[in-house]
Amino acid sequence: MMVAPEASSLSLRNLVRRFGAHAAVDDVSLEVTPGELVVLLGPSGCGKTTTLRLIAGFLAPDEGDIRLDGSSIIALPPHKRDMGIVFQSYALFPHLNVARNIAFGLEMRRAGTRATNARVQEMLRLVRLEAFSQRLPRQLSGGQQQRVALARALAIHPRVLLLDEPLSNLDAALRQDMAREIRLLQQARGITTIMVTHDQTEAMALADRLVLLHDGKVQQIGPPEALHLRPENPFVARFIGGSNIVRGRIDAGTQLGLSDGSSVALAAAYQQNGEATLAVRPDSIRLGAPDQTGRRVEGSVELCTWLGATVEHVVRLSPGVAILARGPGLGPDAAPRHKAGTRVTLHWSADDEFVFDASDRPVPAYTPHFSPTRETNHV
Amino acid sequence: MTDALARIEHAAVSMLVALGVALIGVPLLLTLYLSVFDEKLILFPPHAYTLDWYNQIPATFGAPIWTSLRLGVTATIGSLLLGVPAGIGLSRHRFRGKGVISTLLLAPITVPGIALGLAVYIVMVAVDTNAGSALTGSLAGLVLAHVMITTPWVVRLCLASLATHDRAAEEAAASLGALPLLVIWRVTMPAMRPGIIAGGLFAFVVSFENLELALFLSSPGVTTLPVAVLQYLEYHIDPLVAAVAVAQTIGIAILLLLLDRFVRLGRAVQ
Repeated sequence: MMVAPEASSLSLRNLVRRFGAHAAVDDVSLEVTPGELVVLLGPSGCGKTTTLRLIAGFLAPDEGDIRLDGSSIIALPPHKRDMGIVFQSYALFPHLNVARNIAFGLEMRRAGTRATNARVQEMLRLVRLEAFSQRLPRQLSGGQQQRVALARALAIHPRVLLLDEPLSNLDAALRQDMAREIRLLQQARGITTIMVTHDQTEAMALADRLVLLHDGKVQQIGPPEALHLRPENPFVARFIGGSNIVRGRIDAGTQLGLSDGSSVALAAAYQQNGEATLAVRPDSIRLGAPDQTGRRVEGSVELCTWLGATVEHVVRLSPGVAILARGPGLGPDAAPRHKAGTRVTLHWSADDEFVFDASDRPVPAYTPHFSPTRETNHV
Repeated sequence: MTDALARIEHAAVSMLVALGVALIGVPLLLTLYLSVFDEKLILFPPHAYTLDWYNQIPATFGAPIWTSLRLGVTATIGSLLLGVPAGIGLSRHRFRGKGVISTLLLAPITVPGIALGLAVYIVMVAVDTNAGSALTGSLAGLVLAHVMITTPWVVRLCLASLATHDRAAEEAAASLGALPLLVIWRVTMPAMRPGIIAGGLFAFVVSFENLELALFLSSPGVTTLPVAVLQYLEYHIDPLVAAVAVAQTIGIAILLLLLDRFVRLGRAVQ
């Protein structure tokens, strides 16, 4: 990652913002290093957009501090914060043409006609819209409007670039192109960027680091792989990769007892007994015909859906628990398809199994390398 | 069966449209017809036609027309100065008393003109007796009263034009470095343009044709056109009034057509 010499660091410290009694942003802290692209990810209502609006200055926090290159910007109004923002609706000025939209921020800074024109030309080249400079926003496609919005935000040499669901109004094909384009631009400019999205694929594709938010609280911060490989609570496991979540009690270290009296054999052994939550991603689960080897998780297929690239099975383990399993749908590695009603076993490895305790903290597997239980049970 | 029903429905709609057009059109056409009678009294059929009545308009109604024009323009400017900021404020911000202000700003539309005229007259007399001012019967007094009845139209049309406006554009302008007033000037006002123009137009027309307020508030030196026409009709029944009506209608129609070229009024009024 190239970091521009003037790239800024941004620091959120214990931010709280309430609407009435409800804390939309609840003690959010985050350190963004210069040139980094951090994605705020979460379901709608998780506080990600409120956080972005706090950074932009459209909302004032009830508690906490926001620091840009070390100095607090809490007291600064939006027009003094030097932040380039790309809005979900793009928010282009409908009565101004493309060139004048891009020039707006420079005019506000009294950059001078010559400097402004040069910068506008540079930005038009950057987003490849030279031929469209005299068009009005409504004469542009969604993707073009998006690029104008980006050019307008970048034209002012912002200290931080804020992107609010920048891809959500584009169709699927364009979204991927645009995501790549944003990433390339951001890296080429080395500009500190915060992006908000509810789409985890988008987040994974763009982020240096992810911040997963839920109910206004930070669930986990880290590189995309870390959230994928080491989820810190069931919510993270559920949101990233759509894990199956099974709640129960760990008995005898290797069994998760369910409330309906049945139990699920775990892939690893756990020292901690008591209430626990198991999370396994659908992609980690392989289905096989019943066999006679040690550990056995068995159920009957309820539904088989072939989606082309993937094939999905819903397998009922017990009256209260159904598990989603997903395998490749095509090619030499294609997973076998099972009819509804077929009895199958479910296999997953200890690495793909996440167990959390009663307070949703991860529970490490107990010396798995020397566990005879695991040796025999591992598939 | 359904075909027959559809035909009946179609015929009914056509008849209603024709009736509506006739209701609006016939009086206009009759007025136009009347205004060219070469008769001192309205006799039918006339023995000759003339355009001379139009020539007589300035001599008889020149002063009231001038008064009404000045009044209309001043009241329009006044109501725009009040109504545009009020529209922005009401659509953009939540504050205590917003409901009350909103109701007060729009109320004059719903109160009968005569009641309003009497009330304003009583208040102005009371103000004049207590403060020693001379509002009653002055042009300034009329302007104030007209601003009151024209502002609701400006506010309403401004609110309508902002209803579909993306608030994020204003935030974008702020983030690009525009001070709050500059945001309003460069982003909000351009978005309101159709509403402002239509509002100003409505304000002018409402003021120009208002009779009820002027009945109470005009005085010998300050007579508006509708009052002058009414007074004239008390003593004369000749085609001059018809000529004035036609001239006024044509004037306002031209104004509407011109403005419609710049903004789609139909959209702003919805």
